[in-house]
Amino acid sequence: MHKLWRSGEPFIWLTGGALATALIMVVGLVVIIVGNAAGFFWPADVVRLTLTDGKVLTGPIADRERIPGKADAWREKIKVANRDLYGADFVWVDEAAIAKRERPTDVAVIERSEWGLLIGRIAALQEGGAVVARDAAAWPEIARRLPAAAGLRREIRGIEKGEIGAINFEQEKIRLSLRGLEARGVTSGADVQTLRARLAALQDAYRMHEARLTELRTRQTATMLVVADGGKEKALPLAQVLDVTFPNTMGSIAKAAHYVRDLWQFIAEDPRESNTEGGVFPAIFGTVMMVMIMSITVTPLGVLAAFYLREYARQGTFVSAVRIAVNNLAGVPSIVFGVFGVGFFIYGVGGAIDRLFYAEALPTPTFGTGGILWASLTLALLTIPVVIVATEEGLAAIPGGTREASLALGATKLETTLKVVLPAVMPSILTGLILAMARAAGEVAPLMITGVVKLAPALPMDGFWPFVHLDRKFMHLGFHIYDVGFQSPNVDAARPMVFATTLLLLVIVVLLNLFAIATRNRLRRKYATSAV
Amino acid sequence: MSVTLNPHAAAASIMETPMVEIERLSFWYGPKQALKDVGMAVPKHRITAYIGPSGCGKSTLLRCLNRMNDLVDGVRIEGAIRIGGTDIYDPALDVTELRKRVGMVFQKSNPFPKSIFENVAYGPRILGVQNRGDLQAIVERSLRAAALWDEVNDRLHDSALGLSGGQQQRLCIARAIAVEPDVLLMDEPCSALDPIATARIEELMLELKNSYTIVIVTHNMQQAARVSDYTGFMLLGELVEFGVTRQLFTNPRDKRTEDYITGRFG
Repeated sequence: MHKLWRSGEPFIWLTGGALATALIMVVGLVVIIVGNAAGFFWPADVVRLTLTDGKVLTGPIADRERIPGKADAWREKIKVANRDLYGADFVWVDEAAIAKRERPTDVAVIERSEWGLLIGRIAALQEGGAVVARDAAAWPEIARRLPAAAGLRREIRGIEKGEIGAINFEQEKIRLSLRGLEARGVTSGADVQTLRARLAALQDAYRMHEARLTELRTRQTATMLVVADGGKEKALPLAQVLDVTFPNTMGSIAKAAHYVRDLWQFIAEDPRESNTEGGVFPAIFGTVMMVMIMSITVTPLGVLAAFYLREYARQGTFVSAVRIAVNNLAGVPSIVFGVFGVGFFIYGVGGAIDRLFYAEALPTPTFGTGGILWASLTLALLTIPVVIVATEEGLAAIPGGTREASLALGATKLETTLKVVLPAVMPSILTGLILAMARAAGEVAPLMITGVVKLAPALPMDGFWPFVHLDRKFMHLGFHIYDVGFQSPNVDAARPMVFATTLLLLVIVVLLNLFAIATRNRLRRKYATSAV
Repeated sequence: MSVTLNPHAAAASIMETPMVEIERLSFWYGPKQALKDVGMAVPKHRITAYIGPSGCGKSTLLRCLNRMNDLVDGVRIEGAIRIGGTDIYDPALDVTELRKRVGMVFQKSNPFPKSIFENVAYGPRILGVQNRGDLQAIVERSLRAAALWDEVNDRLHDSALGLSGGQQQRLCIARAIAVEPDVLLMDEPCSALDPIATARIEELMLELKNSYTIVIVTHNMQQAARVSDYTGFMLLGELVEFGVTRQLFTNPRDKRTEDYITGRFG
C-alpha cells in the first residue's frame, strides 16, 4: 500500500478524476440547457386524445412520466393551450384513461398576439359578421389575407412606436422646458409662446396619427372562427393572428424552416404577454450594452490603478495592504455592490445630477433612479479587482530589464510606461477584461436594484437625440430568466423559454469572450511574448 | 591634450584624449559603500574593460556613467564624473539627455516585445525622428553596424523575441547605437551567450570602437585581454590597477592584480 502511494500512481488518478468530474459537470450543464432549449422551437405533432369518459383533448404532448405510487402506470402532459377557453394550458392525462389516439390533419396551431396558442379546427372566415368561406375553403382564404393583416399590424405598430413615440418625446421635452421657465418665474413672453405653439402643433400631429390609427383598425374586420375541443368556438380577428401551422401535415423540411423562423423571432423580436411569448431582443440588447459600458469604464480605471500600484508606488506594507484589500474586494457578495450602487450612484450621484441639471423634471427622477449607467458602473466596481489583479500580474511579468533598456535610451519614465510597458501588458489587460466581462454578463443580483426591469418601454439607444439614453431602465437576459421562469403567471408554458433564454445568455457570454480572446491572441502574436 | 590619468599608479600614464573622466568617486547603497575613491580616465575611441570578482563594484561604476543607479532607492554619490567635459552629476543636467549620449547594453539581452524594426527605431523616435524614410535609414545603418542586417532584413517586422540569444544581444547593440551615443557601456554583454555568439560580439566591438568609446564590464579575463585597449582591475570597491591591457596582463604592478589574473584568487 505504502509502495503504491509512493509510486505516485494513485495521485495521478486522483488529479485526473478531479478534472474528469469538473468536465462532466460542465458538459452536463451545457447538455441539459441545450437539450431543453433546442426543442422549444420545433413544431411538435398535435395529438387528439379521446378519453374513456368521452372527453376530447387536442394538443402536443409536452411530457410523460410514471404515476407516483403505481407500478407501470404512466401519465402524459398535453398542452391543450386555448388559455382563454379552458383556463389552463396543460392537462395531465392517465394513459389508462385514453380510449383513442389520432393525429388529425385539420388541426391548426395558431400563434396570436394575446392569450398564447390557439389549437383547433378552422371552421370559417367571417368578414364584418358575414361568413365568407367555410370549413376546407376557409383556410386558403385566410392564408390569402394574412399578409395584408400582418402588414397592417406592422403599420399600426410603426405609427405607435415611431411617429407617436417621436411626438411624445418632443412633447415631454417642451413640457420640461415650460416647467423650467415656470420655476424661474417666467409664465408669459416670447419663449413661452413659441413653446406653447410648438406643443399645439405636436398635439395636432398627434390627433392626425390617432385618426389614422383608428381608420387602420376599423379596416380590419376579418375574423376566423376556430372550433376547439368540446365544441367551444373562438372568433379570432385576423389582426391578432401571427402565424398558423398545421404541424401534422408538415414535413421535416417545413418544420425546420419554421424552426429557424421562430428562432430568429425569438432573437430579434420584442417580448409579448408579460415576457412568456415573443422574443428577447431588448434583453439581449440591454445585456450587451451594459457589458460594453462596463468594459469602457472598468478597463481604464483598473489599468491606471494597477499601474500606480506596480510602477509608481513604493512597495511596502501600505501597498501590500491595498493589494490585499483589492483582492478581497473580488470576494464581496455582488448584492453588496448593488446596495452600494443604490446608495452612492443612484441616490448620491444621480440625485445630485437631477438637482443640478434636471430640476424641471423633479420630483420625477431622471438619473436619480435605476438606469443602465448606474447598473454598468456598479458592475464596473464589482469587476475592477479582476482587472487590477490581471494587469498587475502582467506588469510583474515584464522583465525589469525591459524598462531599464528604455530608460537607458534616454526615454523618460512616462515614455517608458506608455511606449514599452503598456503594449507589453496589453494581453494581460485583455485577460482581465475577459474575466470581468464574463462575470458582469452573468451577474443579476446587483442589477435588480440598480436599473433592470421586467419590461422596458424603450431601448437605451434609439434615434432620438442624444441617441444613447444612459438614464433609461433596461432589460437583461439574466433577470429575464428569473422573471420568466419564476415570476410569470404561466410558469409551465414559459419553462422552455427559460432554457432558451439561458442558452442565449450562455452564447452571448461565450461570444463576448471569444471576441476578447481573439483580440488578445492577435496582440500576443504581434509581440510573441515567448522567452529567449 | 594629454593628461596623467591614474592617480593610484603614476607610473602608468596614458597619453590619449579622455572621453570620460572619473574623479575621487565614492558610492553608497544605503550604508554599504560600493565604490571607494575611484579615479580614472576612459580614452576616446578605445575599448576600456573593467574586470574583477563578483561584487567588486565594476557594474556599479559602469552604471554611474549613465546614472542608471539613480533608479535605485537610497544611493549616495561623491566625487565627479565628466563626459566630454560635462559634469554629469550637475543638478541642472537632464538625465535623459545624458542617457541619449551614453548608450548601454545589458548583461541579459532585453529587446522590447516589439518588432525588430521598432526596437531599433525606439531611440530615434524618442529623440523626435518621425519621418518613416529617416527611421528606415537609421534602422538599416544601425543593424548593419551591429552586423545583424543580413540576418534579419527580410523579417524586420517580426517580433524581436523570436531571435536567438546572440542575435538579440546584437539587436540591443544596434538599438543602443541607433541614437549615435558618444559612449557605449556594456555590462557583461556576452555572459549569457555561447562562444560563437561571443566571438561575433567581440568582433563587432572592435569595429565599433572606431566610432564609439566603449566601456565594458566582464567576468571573462580572456575577453578583456582579447578586445580591450585598457583594463581596470577592481576589488572591493577600489580600482586597484588601471593601464594598458597588455601591460596589465603581462606585467601587473600590484600583487592583487597578479593574483587575480593568474587565478590564485580565493
